[in-house]
Formats: sequence, C-alpha cells, structure tokens
Amino acid sequence: MANEEEIMDRVNLTAPIKLTADKYQLVPEFLKVRGLVKQHLDSFNYFINVGIKKIVRANNRITSTVDPKIYLRFTTVRVGEPSILNVNMAEKINPHMCRLADMTYAAPIYVNIEYVHGSNGETSISAKENVIIGRLPIMLRSCRCVLHGKDEEELARLGECPQDPGGYFVIKGTEKVLLIQEQLSKNRIIIDSDKKGNINASVTSSSEMTKSKTVIQMEKEKIYLFLHQFVTKIPIIIVLKAMGMESDQEIVQMVGRDPRFSASLLPSIEECVSEGVYTQSQALNYLEAKVKQTSYGPRDILRDVFLAHVPVRDNNFRQKCFYVGVMLRRMIEAMLNKDAMDDKDYVGNKRLELSGQLISLLFEDLFKTMISEAIKKVDGILQKTARSSRFDFSQCLTGEKHHSISFGLERTLSTGNFDIKRFRMHRKGMTQVLTRLSYIGSLGFITKISPQFEKSRKVSGPRSLQPSQWGMLCPCDTPEGESCGLVKNLALMTHVTTDEEEGPLVAMCYKLGVTDLEVLSAEELHTPDSFLVILNGLILGKHRRPQYFANSLRRLRRGGKIGEFVSVFVNEKQHCVYVASDGGRVCRPLVIADKGVSRVKQHHMMELQGGIRTFDDFIRDGLIEYLDVNEENNALIALYESEAPTKITEMAETAEAKSLRENTTHIEIEPFTILGVVAGLIPYPHHNQSPRNTYQCAMGKQAMGNIAFNQLNRMDTLLYLLVYPQRPLLTTRTIELVGYDKLGAGQNATVAVMSNTGYDIEDAIVMNKSSLDRGFGRCIVMKKLVATCQKYENNTVDRILKPERTGPDAEKMQILDDDGFASPGEIIRPKDIYINKEVPMNTRDKMPSPLPDSQYRSAREYFKGPEGETQVVDRVALCSDKNGHLCIKYIIRHTRRPELGDKFSSRHGQKGVCGTIVQQEDFPFSERGICPDLIMNPHGFPSRMTVGKMIELLGSKAGVSCGKFHYGSAFGEPSGHADTVENISATLVKHGFSYSGKDFLYSGLSGEPLQSYIFMGPIYYQKLKHMVLDKMHARGSGPRLMMTRQPTEGKSKNGGLRVGEMERDCLIAYGASMLIHERLMLSSDPFEVQVCRDCGLLGYYNYKLKRAVCSTCKDGDNIATMKLPYACKLLFQELQSMNVVPRLKLTEA
Amino acid sequence: MPTQEEKTFAKNFDINKLSDVPEGLTPQRKLKQSRGVSKNDAPVHTQGDIYSGAYVMGMDENHVKLENFNENFKVDVISCTETDMEFDMIGIDAALANAFRRILIAELPSMAIEKVFIANNTSVIIDEVLAHRIGLIPIAVDPRLFEYLSEHDQPNEKNTIVFKLHVKCPKGGSRMNVLTNELKWLPNGSEFLKESGDSTSKPKTYTSFNQSQDSFPEFADNPIAPTHPDILIAKLSPGQEIELEAHAVKGIGKTHAKWSPVGTAWYRMLPEVVLLEEVEDEHAERLVKVCPQNVFDIEDMGNGKKRATVAQPRKCTLCRECERDDDFVHRVDLRSVKNHFIFKIESTGSLPPDVLFTEAVKILEAKCETVIAELS
Repeated sequence: MANEEEIMDRVNLTAPIKLTADKYQLVPEFLKVRGLVKQHLDSFNYFINVGIKKIVRANNRITSTVDPKIYLRFTTVRVGEPSILNVNMAEKINPHMCRLADMTYAAPIYVNIEYVHGSNGETSISAKENVIIGRLPIMLRSCRCVLHGKDEEELARLGECPQDPGGYFVIKGTEKVLLIQEQLSKNRIIIDSDKKGNINASVTSSSEMTKSKTVIQMEKEKIYLFLHQFVTKIPIIIVLKAMGMESDQEIVQMVGRDPRFSASLLPSIEECVSEGVYTQSQALNYLEAKVKQTSYGPRDILRDVFLAHVPVRDNNFRQKCFYVGVMLRRMIEAMLNKDAMDDKDYVGNKRLELSGQLISLLFEDLFKTMISEAIKKVDGILQKTARSSRFDFSQCLTGEKHHSISFGLERTLSTGNFDIKRFRMHRKGMTQVLTRLSYIGSLGFITKISPQFEKSRKVSGPRSLQPSQWGMLCPCDTPEGESCGLVKNLALMTHVTTDEEEGPLVAMCYKLGVTDLEVLSAEELHTPDSFLVILNGLILGKHRRPQYFANSLRRLRRGGKIGEFVSVFVNEKQHCVYVASDGGRVCRPLVIADKGVSRVKQHHMMELQGGIRTFDDFIRDGLIEYLDVNEENNALIALYESEAPTKITEMAETAEAKSLRENTTHIEIEPFTILGVVAGLIPYPHHNQSPRNTYQCAMGKQAMGNIAFNQLNRMDTLLYLLVYPQRPLLTTRTIELVGYDKLGAGQNATVAVMSNTGYDIEDAIVMNKSSLDRGFGRCIVMKKLVATCQKYENNTVDRILKPERTGPDAEKMQILDDDGFASPGEIIRPKDIYINKEVPMNTRDKMPSPLPDSQYRSAREYFKGPEGETQVVDRVALCSDKNGHLCIKYIIRHTRRPELGDKFSSRHGQKGVCGTIVQQEDFPFSERGICPDLIMNPHGFPSRMTVGKMIELLGSKAGVSCGKFHYGSAFGEPSGHADTVENISATLVKHGFSYSGKDFLYSGLSGEPLQSYIFMGPIYYQKLKHMVLDKMHARGSGPRLMMTRQPTEGKSKNGGLRVGEMERDCLIAYGASMLIHERLMLSSDPFEVQVCRDCGLLGYYNYKLKRAVCSTCKDGDNIATMKLPYACKLLFQELQSMNVVPRLKLTEA
Repeated sequence: MPTQEEKTFAKNFDINKLSDVPEGLTPQRKLKQSRGVSKNDAPVHTQGDIYSGAYVMGMDENHVKLENFNENFKVDVISCTETDMEFDMIGIDAALANAFRRILIAELPSMAIEKVFIANNTSVIIDEVLAHRIGLIPIAVDPRLFEYLSEHDQPNEKNTIVFKLHVKCPKGGSRMNVLTNELKWLPNGSEFLKESGDSTSKPKTYTSFNQSQDSFPEFADNPIAPTHPDILIAKLSPGQEIELEAHAVKGIGKTHAKWSPVGTAWYRMLPEVVLLEEVEDEHAERLVKVCPQNVFDIEDMGNGKKRATVAQPRKCTLCRECERDDDFVHRVDLRSVKNHFIFKIESTGSLPPDVLFTEAVKILEAKCETVIAELS
C-alpha cells in the first residue's frame, strides 16, 4: 500500500503543469517577506529611520529667549543599539534578558549638536557628537532590535523563540503591545447627517503643527460653520467673504452652475445680506465678535485652525475657498441625493494608527517638552546677573539621570495612557500586556485593532460586517459581547501603509496634466467634463481625462517609479480622482490581470520555487500590486483565473461573460487569506454557521498548548502548558504558515458522536479514563511567586533566615534549603513557608549597624494553593529589581489531569465540560478494537450546524488511516487546499471504513452491538484554561469584613456565597421565613444590641454596672436586648451621624 | 354473553396445540435470534436474549441448557504469537464474551511502575511527566509471582521490583535519547538511602528486601526488564542527567491503565454475507468491484454466465459499500453471527495472550464462586 502511495506521489510530482498557475506559493513568500506583524515593524522602522529625523529637523534649533544669539542646534539624530548603562559602561542587552530581569528593552537616542558655549561673555560655537537625549523602547524584531535578521539558531542562542513574531515592546519586564488604533481618516471630507437629519460636512485636519475639526452644517436650509474657536455658528458665506471671496456670484459659480445648487445657497446668501456683511473687512469684523479667545484674531483662526491642512501662502486664501466650495457642493449633492452621503464605517474612510505613529506623536511631544525645559533652564542661567564662569548649553539638555524622554516613553508604554497636551489627546488603554495563554492568542493580540468608538454606544452600524472589509479585516475574529464588531483583527495578507513623501507625487501629477487650482476661475472648478484631482485630501487641480490620468499613475506605480502603496481611485459619482499616499491605509496584494488573463504565469511560480524570484520581484515586475480599499472599487477582482474565463473560446461565450472577462483587472492570490490568523486555524470554516467560527476565534485564544519554544525559560506570572500537545490531523494552509503545527494547542481525540451514560447532556463530554491515564488533556500550570528583600532609608535590610530544622515550624520549612530559599524540585504544599524572611521593625530612624535580632519581626511568605494538591517548585530566580532590591522569583508548577468539569472545545466553537469519566471497559469499541477517547452528544450538531466539524472528523479519520495530513483551508476546495468529502470518503472506503465515517460499535457494558452506526473519528480538541480546580470554592465559617462583620466576598478571600435579592425573593415567595432568618442574619452578621424602649435608640451594656444603659435617656430602666444584623446597627449609627434619627418601636412577639 | 362451551374452550386453549402451528420457533424468529443484520441505515436484531429462559415456552433447543453449551462451545485459535492472539469463540453469549474482554482490560493484574524516586533530573522533561512516562512502560514479568502491596506493607522482594535509571549526556557531545533499555533491574532492592534522624542506626533504604530477587528460580537466568528496549523516555542535551529509581508494584487496569496487561482486547462477531438473490454477469462483476475488502468472488457457471459468490466473508469490515449501491441493497445481507466471536488479544508482554485469557477465565470463575458462596 505504501508503495502504491509513493508511486502516486511521484505521479503528482511529474504531473503536467496546470494552465492556470497555482498562486498559493505567493502567500508563504509574502509572509516570509512581510511577516505576520510586519505592519507594526514597518511602522516602527519608519519612525526610527525617517520619523524621528523629521521631528528633530522640524525642531532643530533651540534659542534662548533672553539672548537670541545663544542657541543649540541638533544636526543629526539616530537610534543606537539596545543597551543599558551599567556603571558608565554601555552594556548590550537582548530582549530575553529584559524579560527575566524586569528591565526595559530600550536603545539610546543619540544626537549630534552644535551649540554656543561661552565663559565670561565670550561665546564660541562648538559641537558634540553622540549626546544621549533619552532611551527609546525598541520593538522586538524591528531594524534596531538585536533579533533583526537573525536565523533560528542565533535566535535560540539569544533565548528567543524563532516562532515569536515580535512587534511588541518589553517594558520593565512585561511584554506590551501598542494596539492598532482605528480612526476616521484625517483631512478628508466626510458628509454625514446628525440625529435631526441636518447634513454636515466635517474634516478632521491634521497638519504637522495643528489638529482641528471643521464642521459645516446645514440648519434650516442655511449653511453654517462650526468651529471650536468661535463662540457660535458662523454663516458660511461670511466665512468665505472673510477669506476674500466677496462676490456672491463667484461663490455660486464655485459651488456649481446647476440652478438647484444656487437655490440651495440662496437662504445662506440672504442671511449674509441680512447681517449686513458685504466686504472682507465687514466679515472680519463680524467674526471678531464671535472669537472665543482674544489672543487670536479671526484671520489667524481662518489661516491656522479652519481647515488647517489646506496651506495658506502669503495670505492667499483662494485654495481654502475652493476647498469650502467643494465641501458645500458635496453637502448640497448629498441633500439632493441621499446616496452621496459618506459612510463612516466604510473601511476606505478609516485609517489604522500603528505603533510607529503613536510613538512618534509621543516622542514629538516629549521632545518639545524637553526643548522648552532646556530653554527655561538657559533663560534661568542667563538672567542671573552674576553668572558662573562657564556656560554650556549642552548641559541644559536634561542629563542622563532623569531623562524626561525615556521616562515619559516608558511610563506611557507601561500604563497605556496617552496624554498629549498639544493635540488634546487623552486616551487610555492604548497598550496592553501581551497575553501568553497560547501562541495563537498572542499572535491574535498583535493583529488586534481597537476601536475609535466607546463600547457603550448602542449602534449597529459600526459593529456590522462591512463589505469593504473583504480581504482586509477578518470577518470572523471579533469578540462577543459589548465590543462585538468594534474590535477587529487584520486578515492574513493585510498591509498597513506608512506615510510617503508627497512632493514627487505632486510634481508627477502636474506633469501628467493636472491643471493647477491657482489658474482656475471659480466657474471652471466644477465643469462637467473634468475631474478634480485630490491628493491626500488636498485639491491639486483638475484633469480632463481622469481615466487616462489614473491609468498612467498606475502604470508608473507598477513600474516602480512611484511608491508601491500609492493608491489611485477614480470616483465617478463625485467627479474626483483620489490619489493617496498617506499612512494607515489598509491594503493587500493582488495579482494583476490583463483582460482576465493573469500576469503571474506558471514559469514565474517555478522561478519562485527555485528561489530565483522573491515576492518583491513580483511587485517590481508589475505582476502583483497592492490595492487599498478605495482603489478596489475601480477593480474587478476574480477569485480564480478560471472564473475570469479564458478557455471558453470553443464554446459560444455569452456577451455577459465576455464583458466580465474583458473587465477583470485583478485575481485574488488565495481566497483563504480573507481570514485572519486565528480564524485560519478552523478547518472547513466555510461549512460552518458563521457565529461558530467567531466563537472559536475567542476560544482558540484560551486553549492550552505551547506558548513558545522558550516557554520553560520564561518567567510568566501564569503559564498554561499541555504535556503532550499535538498538531492537528486536519490542517489548513494558515496553520502551516503561522507555525501552529509547531506550537499546537490541543490533541487529536478519537470522538464518538453518540449518547452514553446520560452525563453528556448540554454539551458535556464523556471521557475515557484510560485515555486520561495515558496522558490525554494533561496540563501544567505554572505560577510565579515574587518576594523582595527591601532596603530601607536607614540602611536596614530585610533578611532571610536559615530554616528551622527543629521546633514547631520545622515541618513547614522542609522545602527550604540552607540559604533560606525553597529548592527546585521540592513539593510545596499549602501553608508551607517558601521564604523565611524577617523585616526590621524600625525602618525610619537610625539604627545600630548590626541590628539585634529583637529588632526584626517575622514576615514569612506562606504558600497558598488548593488543599490536597501537590505542586512543585520549578525554578527559583534571583535578580535585582530597578531599585536595587533583591528580588526572588519562584515558579510553582502544578501538573493536572483532566477532571470532572474541566472545559474542552473543538475548533468549531463547540465547547463543553467533562461530564463524567468512564472506565475504558465500559466504553464502546469498534470492529477493529478502537475505543474512543471521548464521547460527544449528537445534539450538539443540529442547532449549531457545524458541518465543518463533521468534515474534520471524516478528514482526520482518513488521515490516520492513510498516514497523510489532510487539508481543510477556507474556501480551498476549488484550489485543492481543502480535501473534498468525496475524496475523503473514497480513502475511508479504501481502508475498510464506511464512506460515511460511521462505524459498527459494540457496547462495552452488554457486549452487544449498538443499535445504530456511530459517527466516530479523530477531532482536534483544545483544553481551555477554565479548570474546576481554580474555581471550586466552598466555605463554612471564615473571614468577615471589618466594617459590616459580614462574610467576605470572592474566592481569593475565602468568601461566602451570597444569598442575593433574587434568591431572597424566592425564599419569601416560598414562605421559608426561618431559612431567610438563618441565611440573612444568623449565618451572616448577628449582633446583640440594647434598645431603649423609651427613646427607641440603641444603648449599650455597661459591664462595670452589669446593666444596660441608654446614653440618650441617661438611664437603663426600660431597655430590651435583641438581635440585629450588624449592618443594620451600622446603618442606624450612620444615619445618626447625619442627623437622622432612626427609632425602634419594640413590641413583644 | 359467552356460552359455557366457549368458556371451556378458552380455558383450555393453547396455541401450540393447534394443528397448523409449527413446532418450535419460526425460521424468521430463529434468524432474528441468531443473526444481527447490518442494514444500510442501522444494524437490526443486535440484542441477544435477555435471559436464559427467553424461549422456554418454545420447549425446544433454544432453551439455554448446560448440555447444549457443552456440546456446542468451541474455541478455534487462528493465530497466536508472543504478544498477539486471534481466536474464534463459538457458541457463547455476548455477555460472557464481553465479561472476558472486560476482565482482560481491567481486572487482570500486571506489574507497573508506581513510585519513582528522582534523585536528579536536569532534563527538560519535568519530574511528574517523567514519572508518568516511566509508569506507562510495560514490564515483562509474570505478575503471578508477586503479591499486591497493600497500604501498610513494607515494600519487599515479594511485592516490589526496583529499577534504576542513571543516564548522563556527556558534555560536548550531541543530544541523546534515553530509552527503556537504560532501566536496570535492581534485584536487591532500592539503593537510595532514607534520611534518618540518628546516624548510629543501620542506613535504611526505601525497600526492605530479605532476599535478592535473582535468587528466585524464575528470575535466576531471566532478568526482569521492560518488554520493549526502545521506548523513548526522555531526551537529554549535553550536560543533562537523570538519576532515579522506579518501583514497580502489582495492580489492575481498573485503577490505572498502566496496569492493564493488554494493549487492548476485543472481539467482533463473525460476519456472514448472504446473497439473497442470484447476482449475475455484469452485476456480479460490479459487486466484486464495489467491495473494497474482496469479500465476493465470481463463479463461472458455464455458457458464458457468471455468478457472484461470497468467497471470504471473514474479511468483511462492515463498511457497507455493497449496501450503498442501489442495485445490491436488497440482494446482499450483511449479518453477524451472534454466538461466534472473533476474539483478539494484544498483550503488553507480561504474559502471553493465551495465558492471559485462561487467567481471565479463572477470575470469572472465582467471581461466580463468590456469588454462589454468597447466595448459599
């Protein structure tokens, strides 16, 4: 049989070359070039190589305000290699070191400076090189990272996992990810309507200097400008007049000659007349009165704030007027025709802000703060009349010790709170700790996009799946619940652009025949036969042959003359050609087709396989290009080349098919790339009901398995590992591409779909005890314990004592070595002492240097854990934390076998708990002696409709019988990346199974055959992190809260279980009054009080007099003793403290 | 109102005494009783007789009698090697066959490593996992020579087998695999010394052997070792070391699968493929082709006619390919003979499979005796 297959393989290899090239190989090639998290790396590299230089160049000169001759100039800036300063010696560091020693993985920022320095009034200019102005946290695997360009072996030597994608930072030992932020695109006109149905056009302008939001809104047929700097709304005609467009005719011409446009403008013009504003100066005067702050004049506001991204040169406002004209036209168009409204949720109107951009914002802010501090310092020195002899500007840059830049960067990245005053940006939760629950979980984390909206808004629009997300954002991977649809994930082949230089593009556009705006009259702006050309939101001019213009630009791009990520989009509706080169656009590669014929041919693919061709060559040769969401609208993309028919010539091609073929411009590389990394794990996702795939995306991140190759060298606070992880029998191409087959999180379990024992209702699964004995689902949980040995101000130090070998505590200290630390490999039980520490009693005052023993108090660390479990000290690490204190870290390891209630799930969103564990002999067995590992109830299928799971079972079964991994990539059947059910069935039949995958089973209990065939075969099962052992909790009596004397809450505090109001309601309805009394008072907080029957207030029992006393009535004659909940007594007293008198009226019961 | 005559008739009525009622069970009933049929959608008639007196009314051979059993019961050994055995057990009920299977899996004792004393383990495999892996190694030793170690017993030569594993991967070399052949039997018991409070007394080890195990005649020239010498226990990098002692004790598969003396033991009922109609010519050829297990064959009937025959029914895996074909659904019957069990035992090596089976019979016997003793 094996021989036969060998021959089959050989046949496969020598098979004739298919006519349409198998473009799949491009995907791994793409990922090899770009990596899974390339968007982060690209963005960060752009910042390091370009962005930081731009920022420094823009602010390169610091001049003293006191004496303008005294200055400091930054000539160059560069980021060095990651290192730390260790006793004035730069020591190179690597990320793993930082993780273990709680350091920040950062590199110094060097600047070369030229500055004035002088002594005694004489000044001279000198230069300094490589001055460190701060430390920049370095993204792992970026171009400054030591891991950059290293091969597997070198990475292993550095303690790094070769599968780890990088793209995150190590801040104080924790791995932090700067989440991708989704935003509405900047500098673009967005036409929208508010709740009242008023149409508005808004532009969020962002230039290097300022950020502003301009809104033009139509209210009661009149058009107004809303700008933060003005107190009220301003009629837009007045604004236009203030900018020098005094003629009403010109305004109307500019908007459009169509009488409907002028009719819509009429009320606004009339309002302007009624305000008596006719000239520019009148308009400016009108505006003067409306300005909020007096420091800014209306002209300044119009120049710098109003549409801030449109440049005003020499007070020439013409470009801005035209911009307003375009805005007005689009608004009126939208009013006349609702289709012209922009969709805020359209992906083309969105930009993704990546870590590089965010860090650059932060750095710019910190850099400017540093400069202003330096100026302050210099001014301070210069203002002093009696100056010290030497003056050195370079000293005024904040010294090495307290770098405001490094401190600010580190703090922002570790807290995730971005506070940028200049842009009034206050955002929280921008960074998150990289979850290392599973390898796929951390991958998914890095591709996560956090939303612009707050989660509480109850709107469906932004949450729903947009057609424009196709291929860019994963349609499956989104969380459930409040942030459903808002948090998204990137698809496999998505690329996010970085900023590109505009200058050459502008020149190129003019060369291609764009008429400059400056030479146009208002009338000419909107002539029907011409299209406006808009580059990154700026109107360049107009062009008479938009299609020709777009095609030439595209040809230039394919030829590599302009950047590969420049997008050209002809908008026929708006009569505009949009050219974009800004950062944050999502785009993806597509194969270019000429009239439906792919440019990528088989010989190209052969070259790729031979290693002569790389992915970049494909782009350079114009075979593949990147399209962004907007440009996709100008393309007709076929899924497969055959779909764009090429060979139907022999048959009469219908006219429709022909035009379809003729118009096809692009062909997808592989359809499964529309899914993201996490959804890519699901076999046959296209056969599942869609929410099931979404559920699996959430669960795949909780699955236990391998985290990384260096998982045992890491010191994570919590680590879940599987003892025997396996790779899935039914794989997908994505699994191979992302390396899930190397770091799997699950096991292939033989599943019988049947009802057994009855303990499998409601998705529970029945497990085979012998399978568990043999290691199925066994997992390791590692927890970190940290203790520090502090040093105090008065030079006293915590001390660690030798363990007591005799005496009452000796038993608890058995695990301690003579050095006072628990030794690795020791079994640690609850209440064991793992550090025998003592703390000095007095840490403030000066103490004698060898502190006497009496001055210490014991501060032993006791181990807390579940009773009756044996956990083991896995590792002990000693390091010094950043304050120089000795830090002792323990990793406690616990190996667990599955037990009743542990949670498992397949890869199809079908989770279930272990309902019961059954002996193997009681399990059914098949004709060939196969006994399932677990039994799943068939009721899981009809309502969930996870057909993919059934195909997975079939495919895995065929896989184990023929010894070959089967594939189930999404939409992979036509391209051969998913095996069809027919083929799988044929394999099954060949190996003696039923084609349907159903086996003839014998009952293990009676020994007779079961009365139906059972669908049985392997399915990849994940063990989820939710385990009974971590959640199981019960208490009798235990700790109580200090204030209310009620039992504490929560498992960690050994708290009680609350009888809540609903439970209480049930008891009331049932009439179980004694039970309520017992639960709510006796078992909670009973308290005996003395109540004065005269005044109704609480008294007290005087133990000296041996009688109860009422302090209000000053006697104790008529006092009753009763029981109250302590919380009730507390309430009375609190009320009394607020001058409310609660009086109790008692009657005999 | 029924007449007196009618009443007496009703009283004396016995259907079996009617002249046109055949004696015994009908052929259909007999077939239903003795054969399960694997239909296309589900198997039918799978259930056996619920109790021994099921057909006592029939007054005939169907009634389970000891003589019948003695007469008809037959065991055919098909193949038997050191580890695997296949035999036919004919003339027995599913309940009994299953009892043997269950006993083989769960109740037959064997020796397996239960305690692992780790002196040093610097490998990547953590202690618990290493111990678990070592526990699952099958040991080739006759469990009948040993006693169970109960809770209060001292481990001694009669209930414990001690193995030693001490491997060190030399520095500067390449990685090495630790295989089961590194497990060395210590016939004199544990070599690890127990820590004791006073140093004056004789050092104690973790076992108290009175006598070396290799002085037992059974082990004198047949040292105890794992069944397979080449099971991977761990992998070591240069400089890593494992030093441990493993104590094997007697136990049964019910407590932990490692004590199960069989890899698995199972049976299947003898398949019986019946052609209900003649299948001829091209149909016959199709039928032969349709079966992936080559159950059918073609018989030449002369004058160019061909007929399908059932050549190797035993090869049938009940894949039901023949029934999937519309032409053959009603022509082929896949039956299983309910009292004919093809029994297979895969021993892990402690005892040969035939011995295991006789041991299983002995256990069942003992159980029956307990029941009888308890009842009387």
